[in-house]
Amino acid sequence: MEVRLNNKTKAALSAIAVALFLIFVFLGDKFIPAGSTWKMLITVIEKGSIYALVAASMNLLNGFTGLFSLGQAGFMLIGAYSYAIFTIPAGSHEKVYQYFDGGIIKWSLVEILEGKIGILGHYIGMFIPMLGAGLFVAVIAYLIGIPVLRLKSDYLAIATLGFAEIIRAFFQWNTLGPVTNGSNVLRKYTTYGNAVFPVLIGGISIALILLLINSTYGRAFKAIRDDEIAAEAMGINLFKHKEISFVISSFFAGISGALLAMFQTTINATPFNTVMTYEILLIVVIGGIGSITGSVIGAFLFTAASEWWLRGLDSGRWLGISSSLMRPGFRKVVFAVLIMLIVLFYAQGIMGSKEFSWDRFLTWWKRLPSNLKAWPERHRAKSEARKEARAVKAAAKAKAKEAKADNEARKASGKALFTPLPMSDHVIVFEKEGK
Amino acid sequence: MGFLHTWLPYILAGIAVGGQYALIAIGYTMVYGILRLINFAHGDVFMWSGLIMVYMITVLPLWLSIILVIIFAIVLGTTIEKVAYRPLRSAPRMSIMISAIGVSYLLQNFALYITGGLTKTYPSINWLQKTVTIGSATTKMVTLITPVLTIILVVLLVMLIKYTKIGMAMRAVSRDFETSSLMGIDINRVITVTFVIGCALAAIGSVLYFSNYTGINPMSGAMPGLKAFVAAVFGGIGSVPGAVVGAFVIGVCENLIKGAGWTTFSDAFTFVLLIIILMVKPTGIFGEKNIDKV
Repeated sequence: MEVRLNNKTKAALSAIAVALFLIFVFLGDKFIPAGSTWKMLITVIEKGSIYALVAASMNLLNGFTGLFSLGQAGFMLIGAYSYAIFTIPAGSHEKVYQYFDGGIIKWSLVEILEGKIGILGHYIGMFIPMLGAGLFVAVIAYLIGIPVLRLKSDYLAIATLGFAEIIRAFFQWNTLGPVTNGSNVLRKYTTYGNAVFPVLIGGISIALILLLINSTYGRAFKAIRDDEIAAEAMGINLFKHKEISFVISSFFAGISGALLAMFQTTINATPFNTVMTYEILLIVVIGGIGSITGSVIGAFLFTAASEWWLRGLDSGRWLGISSSLMRPGFRKVVFAVLIMLIVLFYAQGIMGSKEFSWDRFLTWWKRLPSNLKAWPERHRAKSEARKEARAVKAAAKAKAKEAKADNEARKASGKALFTPLPMSDHVIVFEKEGK
Repeated sequence: MGFLHTWLPYILAGIAVGGQYALIAIGYTMVYGILRLINFAHGDVFMWSGLIMVYMITVLPLWLSIILVIIFAIVLGTTIEKVAYRPLRSAPRMSIMISAIGVSYLLQNFALYITGGLTKTYPSINWLQKTVTIGSATTKMVTLITPVLTIILVVLLVMLIKYTKIGMAMRAVSRDFETSSLMGIDINRVITVTFVIGCALAAIGSVLYFSNYTGINPMSGAMPGLKAFVAAVFGGIGSVPGAVVGAFVIGVCENLIKGAGWTTFSDAFTFVLLIIILMVKPTGIFGEKNIDKV
């Protein structure tokens, strides 16, 4: 029953799947009318792929290198701002930077390039600030990494969290207003026209992350995760590899920040706080720490649940149930409880540390009917085993209780707790010599 | 004299807020000392005690609500420990930390649901709000009471840890988890007591803190929580006096920065301090050296 495909077939299957998905997203965004429920699907795919990218980048750090870093939101913030600042059309500067005399940068890269080489320039003009955002974030991450990456697990978490907060304060600083617009929103910058854009960029980036993980560097990262001291003894330069992982992860966080800025059409530093980092971390956990596939699935489930499926919980009606309990905010409570349940009872997440492979998927698919048929039987066997285990446990408990009661009774009646052995058994009496 | 004249109000405010951070920081430092866990939910327990006070004061007299708030915080903290941390005791450290983050997320979202996202006004407690004038500074009574109360509570706590049986058990558990359980110490009881003390102090801290900063929303526990944690690290995590010293340092510096007109960076300063202390002396001022063995 095991399916084994050769590499060519696998590549062909992947290419077909990717192409179909991209065409679906492209046409879906173009032809589904706004306001339809199915438009939500496209929105979820858009936002989901942005979150998938940042979750994958966080997984590279947390799941593959074993660095518990909580700075992702800060890096996204830098990425989002670096993209937005360079693409606000010249005509809109007066309006956007209304408190700062139109800001310092009075031009937009998109417009300049579009004027020179037409529509191609438009896309290049979008691509350069996005890549630049990623590179800028990478440089910042390199500098932050020098002190921070020498710290151990939870100190590293707190220090990166701290840096994210410092970054946020920095971008809201009024003195930098002519560039960052202080604590006001940035808007009117160039965004993409079709939902296929973030999906494509996100997909390419995640593919790059996967390539990195499967390279020698990736194996070194995993070695560091599993045992730092052993990895060092094997000749892996700890600091260098941690820095590489940190910088690359931040680069992709920056790219996803730029994409998020495009998705939201306005940005502000305030929402890029610790809660955002926690959400990204929880996506990684839901998908499985150490699985990029898991992060992608987790990101889509997370956005679908929070943006679409559980929406009704906020407005009073959900799946036909209506209750006065369901008022704004209820969705997030239900959501948080679900996440807690996953963390406590399903700690390995959806994928554990496995990745998607066509072989495994097709095997699973072929076995599905027989598995479904066998399910009631297996379920019965499982529940019986559980019942048995419970009975054994109860018996042991009862026995322990009995023994305790017996001890108490002995204590109360003044009898010795243990019956001592007769003297002759454990004391050897030597006879004196010469008698 | 001129210097003091200008800066006295900020120093006083700093000492007050430092005392409040200290009361939160003790919860962090004790839990970390025993479980090696950053209890991310601690700041939210602090926020929740504030919220409960807002709702309780509408129907109950002040003294009763303060007592009930403390009891509430204790129940909440120990429940979190029982439900979210105890099942993961033998799991890797990363998963218990993720569980703590999950609890924090849940508590914040639940508060968001209850309050509807609005900022609630903390009830004003008259004798804490009375204005007092010291030299050039006019301030509230709470500013003076906080450091005194903090010091008293900390001295009591240190005595508890030094001279009682449960205190000795705590010290033993924080030194070596497994050995002390082999020596017949009931680990779960020690951990529960730790959470009880930490949460009770956080509740007292919340009464003082929110009497000063009266707006309370679901996110108002996050920042004080993080700062208190930094204070605990600064003083040497696991050490109670260290956490208190750290909290006062952070409180005063933060207010001096505010006074200098750099309000945007008053929060950032805390983290700069954290990074500096972790670089220079990772074990904190009062911490003990810890060497990793293979």
